[in-house]
Amino acid sequence: MTPDLIYGLTGIAVFAIGLVGALCAQDRLRRVLALKLCSVGAGFVLVVAAWRSPPADPDPVPHALVITGIVVMVSATAVALALIRRLQTLEAEDDDD
Amino acid sequence: MMMIDPVILTLFLPLFGAIAAFVLPRAAAWVGLLAVLATGGAVAALVRDVLAAGEVVTQLGGWAPPLGIALRADGLSVAMLAMTAGVGLLVSIGALDSLRDLRERQYFWPLWLLLLTGMNGVYLGTDIFNLYVMIEVIALAAVGLTVLSGTKQAVRAGLEYMYASILGALLFLMGVGFVYLQTGRLDFAGLIAAEPSGAMSAALALMVVGLLLKTALFPLHFWLPAAHANATAPASALLSGLVVKAALYIFLRLTTYMPLPDEILVTLIGMLGAGAVLWGGVQALRAERLKLLVAWSTVVQIGLIFIAFARAGQVGLSESWKAAALLILAHGVAKSAMFLAAGRIKDEIGHDRIADLDKSDIRPTLAQFTFALAAISIIGLPPSLGFIGKWTLMEGAMAAGYWHWVAVTMIGTLMSVAYFSRVFAGFLRFDRMRGELAEHKGWALADAAPLTLAIAAISLGLMAAPILSFIELGYPFGAQ
Amino acid sequence: MTETPFLPLFILLTSLLASPVLFALPETAARLRTGINLGVAAVKVALVAWLGWKVGQGVIYDVSFTMLPGLDFKLQADPLAMLFISLSAILWLITTVYSVGYLERGPHRARFFGFFSLCVAATVGIAMAGNLFTFLIFYELLTLATYPLVIHRGSAEALRAGRIYLIYTLAGGLVLLLGTLGLWVLAGTTDFAPGGILDDVVAENRLAAQMLFVVLVGALGVKAALVPFHAWLPIAMVAPAPVSALLHAVAVVKAGAFGIMRVVYEVFGIETAQALGMTAPLAAMAAITILYGSLCAITQDDIKKRLAYSTVSQVSYITLGVALASPIAAVGAMAHLIHQGLMKITMFMAAGNLAEGLGVKKVSQMDGVGRDMPGTMLAFSAAALAMIGLPPLAGFVSKWYLAQGGLDAGYGWVIALLLGSSLLNAIYFLPMLHRAWFRDGGARDQTPARRRIGWMLAAPPIATALMVLAVGGFANAPFSPLEWTRFVVAIEYQE
Repeated sequence: MTPDLIYGLTGIAVFAIGLVGALCAQDRLRRVLALKLCSVGAGFVLVVAAWRSPPADPDPVPHALVITGIVVMVSATAVALALIRRLQTLEAEDDDD
Repeated sequence: MMMIDPVILTLFLPLFGAIAAFVLPRAAAWVGLLAVLATGGAVAALVRDVLAAGEVVTQLGGWAPPLGIALRADGLSVAMLAMTAGVGLLVSIGALDSLRDLRERQYFWPLWLLLLTGMNGVYLGTDIFNLYVMIEVIALAAVGLTVLSGTKQAVRAGLEYMYASILGALLFLMGVGFVYLQTGRLDFAGLIAAEPSGAMSAALALMVVGLLLKTALFPLHFWLPAAHANATAPASALLSGLVVKAALYIFLRLTTYMPLPDEILVTLIGMLGAGAVLWGGVQALRAERLKLLVAWSTVVQIGLIFIAFARAGQVGLSESWKAAALLILAHGVAKSAMFLAAGRIKDEIGHDRIADLDKSDIRPTLAQFTFALAAISIIGLPPSLGFIGKWTLMEGAMAAGYWHWVAVTMIGTLMSVAYFSRVFAGFLRFDRMRGELAEHKGWALADAAPLTLAIAAISLGLMAAPILSFIELGYPFGAQ
Repeated sequence: MTETPFLPLFILLTSLLASPVLFALPETAARLRTGINLGVAAVKVALVAWLGWKVGQGVIYDVSFTMLPGLDFKLQADPLAMLFISLSAILWLITTVYSVGYLERGPHRARFFGFFSLCVAATVGIAMAGNLFTFLIFYELLTLATYPLVIHRGSAEALRAGRIYLIYTLAGGLVLLLGTLGLWVLAGTTDFAPGGILDDVVAENRLAAQMLFVVLVGALGVKAALVPFHAWLPIAMVAPAPVSALLHAVAVVKAGAFGIMRVVYEVFGIETAQALGMTAPLAAMAAITILYGSLCAITQDDIKKRLAYSTVSQVSYITLGVALASPIAAVGAMAHLIHQGLMKITMFMAAGNLAEGLGVKKVSQMDGVGRDMPGTMLAFSAAALAMIGLPPLAGFVSKWYLAQGGLDAGYGWVIALLLGSSLLNAIYFLPMLHRAWFRDGGARDQTPARRRIGWMLAAPPIATALMVLAVGGFANAPFSPLEWTRFVVAIEYQE
């Protein structure tokens, strides 16, 4: 097995785990984390796409893509967490009533 | 004076508008309206250019693909841009009046302009990674709009929407990764050039599933009804009328550049559409609240668009996309009118429980009339654009001998008559009122916007021939 | 004055453009609304008269624009269209007067007259549609415009009736859409042309053409109230009297019957339809409807319901005349399109007057109403006798030609059918007249429901009753419906 294959399969596996979590998990936070896993898996696959057997230089484009992907995911996570907190506050208020 | 390329303006005007509306919260509404107007102007310039040249291609920073990013406008994409700008402008005008809450007023405009940026980016984009970024932008802005009212139901629905939307985008991203692994390119031209292979099929499958999730095709529609029903009226109008269309548009493009490998998949897509029409119809019949009914009707209409896509099988795809595109445009205009009208009715009466609509002694006549006009287009009665879309769908299915699609469309139409007539009964019954019929509160700006949209949805049907020839400009699909 | 090809468009637009104005008027602007209503209706009658004169000279107007590739929105004023337009224009004017009187103090007048106007625009569109596609557009518009009129009262019963009406007519419309699409896919055109457009298709695919006939005529049969698609009509009786009058005499059932004429004469062509073996079953269906409607009418005590079942029966005379495939019967059918409209509108307006003026809604309450409302009841009686077929009244003329046509086509049973139907007509109409004129109302004088009706209610039925007498008595005068009908039939039978 070449390193890129191992890395790529790992990426797919991580994505799959994330996917199962995102679909099955009940807890809101767990589902966010599962989505994070998905994004990491997708990132792996993109990084593999950059791999060239040495001594060739790796392809720089996927790196740029992965960085963009990370930025997007960070903002998405922030929004999701903010929503979860807001929802918890609203539900807590309801319980008080 | 140097003219700036309208393609660039279409993309960046709303972006700058979003930033300006965010940093100037007091003037957000006027900044926002101005930005939408200016974007509309840029789109109008694009219409002119596409009419003259067939297609307009702009390379960002002067870099050519595959390394650089190209933006391309052809008949279909400009039709989508124009629909977005037109509907967006009218929804904005309605929002000026109907958003009373200060916080809603403040945040609506930056989010909506960001959404507009994302959608314009989708319609102009020519490479799949950029499309991924744009659908994430759309997702974040759309979730923001969903939770704008801040109620518990809205936030809960918004969170569900968020999960579905991000998951859809990530599935798409995974597909993008596969494509890059296989071809080393991300532009549409690279997709067309790619040899069919297992990896490319997997990539297509991932991307398509992601898109279907985002556009809410049955059975991946689970997030839509609550999200669209609980948002504030202008947000619902944007979400139902415009947002789901972005993913649909990408689906149409993608399946042209990477054809579905087997006839059975086309049939499957159509079957899912049929499922949406039937299941959504049943749910709309059972819905207790007006906005929820309208949201379920969106599920039905999305299904109908996919039936239009599949109406004549794989060989018919070169024509079927036109039927799908007509239905997309028709639904965009009519559904935004309907949601705005439903919002007005809810505001005036104070609730939107269908069973109690006829108990109210206030009858927002104009909004109810608007709702009925929009329903005419959504049911697909002549001469509305919805009718033309449905006609085109059934014509193609019949000519290809696919009677099952004709049958499903007819059943769906009858069901839509049944669930909308529940609402009309609520509007028109007068023997259960609690008091004397109160005076109609008169005109409001928030009434004018949906009424204009609804009239447009009906009268655009008379312009179907020019619309059809316009969307074919630049050969969006098919050989040159 | 120069001839304008836009004359049909103007006629359509008079009522189409009046509608939004009427919607926008405030409830209180009664005088302005009445002015607009009557003004537009009068202008329309004038325009129609002008158009009729031109068409009578052989001019055919044709306006079209492309809606979809190869598919036009097309208006065409041919002699057959004129028949229907003149009926609707004249009766609209009269019904407008009646409605203004009837709804004087009622709620939602702006809405009522807005849809009323739209309804007439749809009827004119149906009459002038130059192809089945355009016909479909106005056919659906008619459904949508009449629904709010049917449920105008806003009661639970009205809404139930409205729902049934909507389900029947929209389902029928959907099947018509299917048929129109089928025609378009099979023939590549939906244009109406005397002699039909389907000869090539029939030669190629006889079965498809037969199915198309069943689908199209079945769809139109819903509005024409052919048994078994008639159930909506008696239920829709909850509508206010002027709406019932319009529904029965001009708009809805007539649209169905007129559509059947167009389809049989100008989509299939009468010879083709006959060759397909479709006219005989249609004639049988019409015959069953004629007898069934009359039988049901006998048992109804509610006046409007009795009249409604009578419509079910009478409208099928038109279908029968078409299906007999004889030019003489066709004359009867087309003349009946006009005659039935005049007779039935008279009766409905009279029934409305009885309800308004005396609170009489049932046949059993009709004792002595002739003395209380002599004008109204004279009009009613004239129309009823005409309906039964007393010579030389309007109904007799239609029945005479239908019977002749039946003999001409070699169907002797038509004579028996017409005699039987006339007998049944007499059984359900004569007792009403007997009660009205020869029994003593007595106790009703004290009922609080009694109030004077104004001239706007009293005059219209008398006017239409006079027309009933005129079209029968002067049937052979130039420009009488019968004469015009002969002109149309010569075209449709390509003589």
